[in-house]
Amino acid sequence: MDTVTIINALVSGLLTGLVYGLSALGLSVIFGVIRIVNFAHGELMVLGMFMALLLFRWFGLDPLMAVPIGAAVLFAIGYALQHFVVRRVSYLPDHMQFLLLAGIAIMLVSGCLVIFGPDAQGVQLDYALDSFAIGNLIIDKVRLYAAIAAVAVASALLAFFKYSSTGRAIRACADNYLGAKVVGLNVDRLYALTFGIGAACIGAAGCIILLLVQVHPYLAPAYTLLAFVVVIVGGMGSLFGALLGGMLIGVSEELASVVLQPSMKTAFSFALLIVVLLLRPQGLLGRVAR
Amino acid sequence: MAMLDVQGLSKSFRGLRAVSDVTFAVPEKGIVALIGPNGAGKTTCFNLIAGALAPDAGSVRLAGADITGRRADKVCDAGIGRTFQLVKPFQDLTVLENVTVGALHKHDGVAAAKRDAARILEMLELGDKRHMHAANLTLPDRKRLEVARALATQPKLLLLDEVMAGLRPTETDRIVAVLQRLRAETGITILLIEHVMRAVMALSDHVIVLHHGEKISEGTPEKVTKDPAVLECYLGEGAV
Amino acid sequence: MNDLTPFGRAALLAFAALLLAVPWIASGYVLSVSIICLYLAYMGQAWNLMLGFAGLLSIGHALFVGLGAYTSGYLFTKLGVPPAVGVVAAVAVAMAMGSIIGYLGFRFAIGGVYFALLTIAFSEFVRILLDHAKFLGGTEGMFLPVSQESRRGVDLVNLRGSTEMYYYVILALAAGAFLMCRALLNGRVGYYWRAIRDNPEAAEAVGVDIFRFRMYAVLLSSGMAGVAGVFYAFYYNNLFPEQVLGIERSIEVTLAPIVGGVGTLFGPIFGAFILTPMGELLTEAVEGFKQSGLIAKNVKTDGVKLMFWGLAVALIVLLKPKGLWPWVCERLRLVKPPGQRG
Repeated sequence: MDTVTIINALVSGLLTGLVYGLSALGLSVIFGVIRIVNFAHGELMVLGMFMALLLFRWFGLDPLMAVPIGAAVLFAIGYALQHFVVRRVSYLPDHMQFLLLAGIAIMLVSGCLVIFGPDAQGVQLDYALDSFAIGNLIIDKVRLYAAIAAVAVASALLAFFKYSSTGRAIRACADNYLGAKVVGLNVDRLYALTFGIGAACIGAAGCIILLLVQVHPYLAPAYTLLAFVVVIVGGMGSLFGALLGGMLIGVSEELASVVLQPSMKTAFSFALLIVVLLLRPQGLLGRVAR
Repeated sequence: MAMLDVQGLSKSFRGLRAVSDVTFAVPEKGIVALIGPNGAGKTTCFNLIAGALAPDAGSVRLAGADITGRRADKVCDAGIGRTFQLVKPFQDLTVLENVTVGALHKHDGVAAAKRDAARILEMLELGDKRHMHAANLTLPDRKRLEVARALATQPKLLLLDEVMAGLRPTETDRIVAVLQRLRAETGITILLIEHVMRAVMALSDHVIVLHHGEKISEGTPEKVTKDPAVLECYLGEGAV
Repeated sequence: MNDLTPFGRAALLAFAALLLAVPWIASGYVLSVSIICLYLAYMGQAWNLMLGFAGLLSIGHALFVGLGAYTSGYLFTKLGVPPAVGVVAAVAVAMAMGSIIGYLGFRFAIGGVYFALLTIAFSEFVRILLDHAKFLGGTEGMFLPVSQESRRGVDLVNLRGSTEMYYYVILALAAGAFLMCRALLNGRVGYYWRAIRDNPEAAEAVGVDIFRFRMYAVLLSSGMAGVAGVFYAFYYNNLFPEQVLGIERSIEVTLAPIVGGVGTLFGPIFGAFILTPMGELLTEAVEGFKQSGLIAKNVKTDGVKLMFWGLAVALIVLLKPKGLWPWVCERLRLVKPPGQRG
């Protein structure tokens, strides 16, 4: 194995990781504010992927152009999910909320299975095989575009939380639920908005990642767990952490597939999840541990 | 030999000294009150003694045996029963089952533990409510449930954390009577945190005052309530 | 039994009699559906022991089933060890895995839903390892030899015989699990588990060694799942990592107790006997619609069943989070109110 292979893997992992990061951002935002562990994360992402697939099939729309549509639809789904469902179980213990979202996850993934079947399907873009060469370094065009799109969406989100009054109000809710209620913020609406925004992130990530992978329903649980790994590494609730964690996981996954057999790549991710759970009991885990 | 002997106990949270070099003793069969303004470090002190937190420095001895830094269940094994200021009932169990969990500490069989639990509930005037779920009790009843559950482990030393807060004066008097009777009958030693001075004055033979994590005074209830340092910490500087 | 009203007692006896009589009164199809019901009731009991009794959420129980199945299957096919002996090894392996997960989870204080993630991660990790384990068949699967004549009669040592035999074996397991859990729940360990579930800190303060009792729950539950794995291996006779250890399998075993009532003794049984037949009816209906052209032929029937299951879980958590069984008990007055018990 030469250095060029490794550097190529590094760069490619870094770029893919940015998309993972965007998706994990969705998980992180929802947990950070509403304090709910969205176990239907991967399912929402797969929903976004299928949406981009349909838009490509019907209208020949490039998945990158489908990002606003995917994000908008997922926003509506997320908003409705919080407003009509999740809000009603906030009094239940964590594990019951988790099981509720697991139920919703099963519905979504098997719905996709019924409609789209179990086979992997992807988009054929005319620039799919193009790449930029910088010396020995080869960067896939799709990967670069995907990373740029992910960074653009993530930046928009960060700007929203930093500069818009709604974004600031949401942050206030996250910091101090009671205080936010006392000063008259409509917490229920802000929570629904937050879930919507988180879901929109996931939907955007779904559209983008269709450039890189073929979609099938069973991707969903794997993406859920991947997002958990990213977020636990980056620190739950931290937005920059999610992007950083995404890059880290993207790189290590890519390196693992250079070293290990490709089919062992997922095993590596699960081993990583175990290690990360054991070594990072603070942050994400601080609240629920004991 | 004192039942409880605390030497130089200290604990900091993120550099903030919650308990600082606190030393005191509780004699056998004594009832000692730990008082002080909010944030004085009383509950932290309890948590250090009961093993919910590990101290940074100092030692805790129960009847001569070193129990410093032991896990909470080992401290219970050693003979300390405690209540929680923010009550922690087993929500989905009935009142009787809650106390039975405590009674199982000294009983092998569930039937015997249940009988003992029922007896303790009668003593604390919770007998009528034994089949209610703990989640449905009023706050004063939950506080009494805390006491009953701790008592059921048959401790040598009972740590009571504000069990009379929120009670009406007549209810307070009844709990005071129960505790006095308990000491007379079983010779139990009690260390309590209390804000209700009516109870402190009636119950305790000895009072320890904490302020900002440090012991600032101790003595008989009468003596302590006249101590200028104590008055100052409660009422602020210049009040004396 | 002492807590039941006369009507409740009669209902229980009638149900038990019905279960015993199923092989005489039912067709082969109903019998095999009943076997699935009892299997899920048994596994539900094992899973419920962890979440409902001790407050530990596992979404990785397929792992323990899979380890039990592969251990006994390997011993039988490669070394000729009969399952009656192999079950000991199967349980040991499943418990060993359980103790690893439990030890790491509790020592590193991985609480709540993160413990569930840990169980998923282990389960998926082992599944992929098994995909690559050539000596266990890998993705090609492991097949247990079975002959036509062995499908008749009763051979409990080799777990070979008629469908009726399998029915009674799983009935005995489900009944045994129910009785064992009932005894445990009413004993010292049951009180301690429920105390830990409701408030670990308070449990510790009354002298409960929470690490030890949580480990007991995980060990017992994983061991029970290991036994189920042996049954699975010798009933289906083929093992694929994807099918035995897939995350859907882990979720499947949670359904009956959630619908029936987490933390109740009879809930897993009740839930299994409600959900499984409904799933089967739905499957039949979908197949029928496909025949008559009402829905497209390429629709995955399995997917429809899973959608129904997901919906069932979501609705139960939303509307009846304590499950259907407590509600049915109250409505039909099957159980005496707590004040009138002995």
